[in-house]
Amino acid sequence: METIISVILIFMILGAIYALHARDLLSALISCGLVGYGLVICFLLLRAPDVAIVQIVIETITLIIMVSVVLASTRHEIEADAGQTGKTSIYKIWGSMAMVMIIMLVMFFTFRLAIIHLDPFGDHTLRMSRAYLEGAAERTGSANLVTGVLFDFRGYDTFGEATILFTAVIGVLTVLRLRGKK
Amino acid sequence: MNVYLLCFILFLVGLYGVLTRRNVIKIIIGLSFMEFSIFLFLILIGYIEGGAAPILSKTVVTTRFVDPLPQAMVLTAIVIAMAANAMLLAIAVRLYKRYGTFDIRKINELKG
Repeated sequence: METIISVILIFMILGAIYALHARDLLSALISCGLVGYGLVICFLLLRAPDVAIVQIVIETITLIIMVSVVLASTRHEIEADAGQTGKTSIYKIWGSMAMVMIIMLVMFFTFRLAIIHLDPFGDHTLRMSRAYLEGAAERTGSANLVTGVLFDFRGYDTFGEATILFTAVIGVLTVLRLRGKK
Repeated sequence: MNVYLLCFILFLVGLYGVLTRRNVIKIIIGLSFMEFSIFLFLILIGYIEGGAAPILSKTVVTTRFVDPLPQAMVLTAIVIAMAANAMLLAIAVRLYKRYGTFDIRKINELKG
């Protein structure tokens, strides 16, 4: 299982790198979709069908919105300025690249230190989930345990999620209204 | 353990995109990669080798289930991430209408 997930993840990383370097924004979005649907396959392999279904729907909606934004504006990636290839700007570019690389290396090694005490893959200790699994069908009346957690044990989380969703809709409508106030 | 590291590399790719790209759309794509890697990491933590999907049925008789708690939380997080993405895209549309470009070097006026 670990090998299959690793292979899919490597494909996803390659797709992500291509998406960030593509010359055309539309192909960048298509690679973004490749990463998202690879994630769906990972969820299915990891026995999370509910999450996979939600991810398919959300990924499709997000891609449609993004493609409509790109088609309504411009498809071309921004070119580097030809006039700014002086000596100072090259030093500046290399300086910022080195900074980014240092940040990423530090984060990577910190993460490697942090996951040492984690359970190895596929060997979860079930400390918390035992309470959710035992007798959940009788207590919540739901055969799907994820739904039981989502709407019964942690109903307030779902309530907050709905609030955030409506706030985001109001925000989008406010930002996209046709005429601003004078 | 390798899977966790690969997952974090996907996060770092997204971070690299956010830090180095100049196109607003590319920055939003990088942010969504970071979100994807976090979702996958949480689901990976809850996975149990040989565990069944957490759905009770009469045909499957097992007591060994995958942890349902990270799955429920990721379900919530995915929807919230989509809302945040939609908000970012709306702001990007608005910026394009105002400036005629997605270049963040040219979007530098603080006017309403």
